Amino acid sequence: MSYKFHQYQVVGRGLPSETDEHPKIYRMKLWATNEVRAKSKFWYFLRKLKKVKKSNGQMLAINEIFEKNPTTIKNYGIWLRYQSRTGYHNMYKEYRDTTLNGGIEQMYTEMGSRHRVRNHCIQIIKTATIPAKLCKRESTKQFHNSKIKFPLVSKKVRPPSRKLKTTYKASKPNLFV
Amino acid sequence: MPFKRYVEIGRVALVNYGKDYGKLVVIVDVVDQNRALVDSPDMVRCQINFKRLTLTDITIDIKRTPKKKELVKAMEAADVKNKWENSSWGRKLIVKKRREALTDFDRFKLMLAKIKKASLVREELAKLKKQTKA
Repeated sequence: MSYKFHQYQVVGRGLPSETDEHPKIYRMKLWATNEVRAKSKFWYFLRKLKKVKKSNGQMLAINEIFEKNPTTIKNYGIWLRYQSRTGYHNMYKEYRDTTLNGGIEQMYTEMGSRHRVRNHCIQIIKTATIPAKLCKRESTKQFHNSKIKFPLVSKKVRPPSRKLKTTYKASKPNLFV
Repeated sequence: MPFKRYVEIGRVALVNYGKDYGKLVVIVDVVDQNRALVDSPDMVRCQINFKRLTLTDITIDIKRTPKKKELVKAMEAADVKNKWENSSWGRKLIVKKRREALTDFDRFKLMLAKIKKASLVREELAKLKKQTKA
């Protein structure tokens, strides 16, 4: 599964000067599509929090963070701040996925579809893996059932590869499962 | 009209699209409405969309997200391989695979066998016709 958004750990500090021999080192975990964008985002956020810019700072490390257990399903809670047409709002959203990157990607696409918010207008405040008891949203809680059972209501027969796709078919398909 | 095949933990499904096309996998957990966590003795556990699965009639008795060893044991206990290969769906897939792998010489042999079979049938038919005429 290739995800659009990767999680990076970015570490940087202001440049050392005569007044400050050992400036404080700051570390951020953020999501970006590639390392270059991650570094840029790091400076963007750090500028807002501390009196340091890319021009008087140095990048110390950037590492990609990979999912520890991509074979287990987790409930992710994402706190975000986004810009709508009329102002900034905070939101808390929950997603079920095997990896945090997958959950983040779900969040970006959902924000785009439900609220027409573009990717660059979203700031991720915090993410957490939520245990099942503390989930707030019904749409994630409905899957917390060890004996889950539901039928697939309609079966669309697809050609097994895009190459075998045809525009016209001789007959209407039977969608019964 | 009620449904007979359900998405449930332990349902065996056939992958009908993508990299794992043609594999039999077991639904081990449900991620959400569209995706399931799926596992098979010869692959890493992964999530797959229901659109890429076709449910079969076979189910095995497992708990939610079992260990690989328990999964293999449960699959042996439910005899998935034999059930699949003896089912009409499974047999049809095996025949299809065999036909795809025929060489030209095999097809020639097949043609001869078909002609022989047809001639035998026609012989018997001629005998029966003669009997009814007589």
